[in-house]
Amino acid sequence: MSASASPASHSETGATPAFQLRLYVAGQTTKSLMAVANLQRICETHLAGQYCIEVIDLTKTPQLAAGDQILAVPTLVRRLPEPIKKIIGDLSNEERVLVGLDIQPVGCDAS
Amino acid sequence: MKKKLPETLPALSKAPTGIEGLDEITGGGLPAGRPTLVCGTAGCGKTMLAMEFLVRGAAQFDEPGVFMMFEENAAELTANVRSLGFDLEKLAVEKKIVLDYVHIERSEIEETGEYDLEGLFIRLGHAIDSIGAKRVVLDTIEALFAGLPNHAVLRAELRRLFRWLKDRGMTAIITGEKGDGNAITRYGLEEYVADCVIILDQRIQEQISTRRLRVLKYRGTAHGTNEYPFLIGAHGFSVLPITSLQLDHRVSTQRILTGIARLDDMLGGQGVYRGSSVLVSGSAGTGKSSIAAKLLETACRRGERALFFAYEESTEQIVRNMRSVDIDLAPWVKKGLLEIHSSRPTLQGLEQHLVVMHDLVRAFRPSVVAVDPISNLTMAYVDAEVKPTLMRLIDFLKKEQVTAIFTSLTSGGEATTSAFEESQVGVSSLMDTWLLLSNVEFTGERNRTIFVRKSRGMAHSNQVREFVLSDKGIDLVDVYLGDDRVLTGSARVAQEAQERAAATLRGEDHQRKLRQLASRRKAIEAQIAALQAEAEAEADEVHFAIAQETLQKKATHQNTDAMAQQRGGATGANGHTIEKR
Repeated sequence: MSASASPASHSETGATPAFQLRLYVAGQTTKSLMAVANLQRICETHLAGQYCIEVIDLTKTPQLAAGDQILAVPTLVRRLPEPIKKIIGDLSNEERVLVGLDIQPVGCDAS
Repeated sequence: MKKKLPETLPALSKAPTGIEGLDEITGGGLPAGRPTLVCGTAGCGKTMLAMEFLVRGAAQFDEPGVFMMFEENAAELTANVRSLGFDLEKLAVEKKIVLDYVHIERSEIEETGEYDLEGLFIRLGHAIDSIGAKRVVLDTIEALFAGLPNHAVLRAELRRLFRWLKDRGMTAIITGEKGDGNAITRYGLEEYVADCVIILDQRIQEQISTRRLRVLKYRGTAHGTNEYPFLIGAHGFSVLPITSLQLDHRVSTQRILTGIARLDDMLGGQGVYRGSSVLVSGSAGTGKSSIAAKLLETACRRGERALFFAYEESTEQIVRNMRSVDIDLAPWVKKGLLEIHSSRPTLQGLEQHLVVMHDLVRAFRPSVVAVDPISNLTMAYVDAEVKPTLMRLIDFLKKEQVTAIFTSLTSGGEATTSAFEESQVGVSSLMDTWLLLSNVEFTGERNRTIFVRKSRGMAHSNQVREFVLSDKGIDLVDVYLGDDRVLTGSARVAQEAQERAAATLRGEDHQRKLRQLASRRKAIEAQIAALQAEAEAEADEVHFAIAQETLQKKATHQNTDAMAQQRGGATGANGHTIEKR
């Protein structure tokens, strides 16, 4: 599961996606799996075609933890667009994830 | 880890810190394989202590370490400690130290759902594994409380972290900011780290700051419980006492002369013991510094090194002023035998001064050290603080076999009053020899006197001597005791003149008496002669009378005979003829 790109990213636009997301987890814990699932769901709902997700398992590549100043896991890092934002936790609260990533929810857009 | 340490105590193995003094207080170091909490206010040296523990561990005890910092970044820290002679970059390249800067920006972080701090564990674990670390520093982990909103999670994770460090056998230092009031740390870290707690403290008294260290708690071992002054000097962190806490220094039976002949006489004729401490106390202008300078000069003359800590005068001023009493220090300074170290006592705290002294004594290796005066050093401190500090200095000097002269400006009146004695009570008991200088004011002038108040282990004079400073040097002169008081200066000179006059007068008196006696004898002799002459005259008279009588008798006899013959022997016939018939 280390450094694997999400299947839903490049194919639709071809260009560099607007949202580059990186999710740090530690092993296949419940929290990790929850976070990955939640993230994919939220991105598909609100950022279809504009994102790529990189999942990093720190138990396999611990040296990567220092680069993004990771302490808590799971941590979601929004590398693009600038500025860098971090969301810690299993991303179960969709509303707060959207606030954290600075994304206008699709539902609100339409109304 | 457990067996690597030099200490083979079964109870608790310890990891030496290599920090001067700290290992003595803790009886060998921090608890090995356990976390230690170091807390204190901002700027009191927590980071420095932790860093030195790590650097010395890596460099001296072959225990690599991980420094995980939460406040400064690695470049800043490296720069900060480079000034103390720690080359972190080199140690990092040699894989003896890992510096890891953990930074959390609250504004960048959004929190949603459950999480833990496994990322921190992974980072730390990775750093430990990469160099085989035995020591860990977390400085200051409390920064996490500001960065992470969920303190409940954080506390649970910290508990787990310290447990985890223990399980991995890491000797760790966790630093923490002192909390308000009686709280040891702001976020109660002491709850989690219960094995050893060291408190650092910085307080300001009379505008001079002093840093102090105290081992609040050290589970399973005895430790010094006092507050010990410490400082961060040019060679890193050092906790006083640098010297041993026991009274077990070697003593010398060798004596060294003070250079003031009469003073040596007062000290049993041989001066003071090498390595002893001499206190010269007196009120202003009694010549304390001159005695100290003389002792140093004498040491230089013997070819020994001498060190002068002056807290009142600058070097040049001392050299100039001492020349006025025929003590020329300049050639010895030039030769490198004498070093004068002048500074203001308020320049730094008392223990900072002490460490400067330590460093200089260690570097210069003098045989005699003078501190002029200690009373200035103590200006800003209460006696209770000065005594232990001075004791440490004296102990140190004794251990190094350095003879020490301390001058002390006394307050509270003249040497005979009890207030005076009290003003000296703090330090005098530490001294082996105590010379007391005082001023005697009499007949419109003040003169200096000196006496030996005490001198351990040698016969010493009980006499008060006049102490004379002149351009010919220092001399001691016998004083005159008269009218129940000591006479000094011109009163002494007057008394001397008076005594000389009296002596002359007495001499003349004797002469006169002798002359009188002689003439009397002559008179008597004349009388005797007259009497004798009289007697002789009388005797002559008697002889003459006797002779006359004899003559007369003879004459009469002849006459009778003649008459008898003339009468025809009638008379003769009366006698002889009758018989014939």
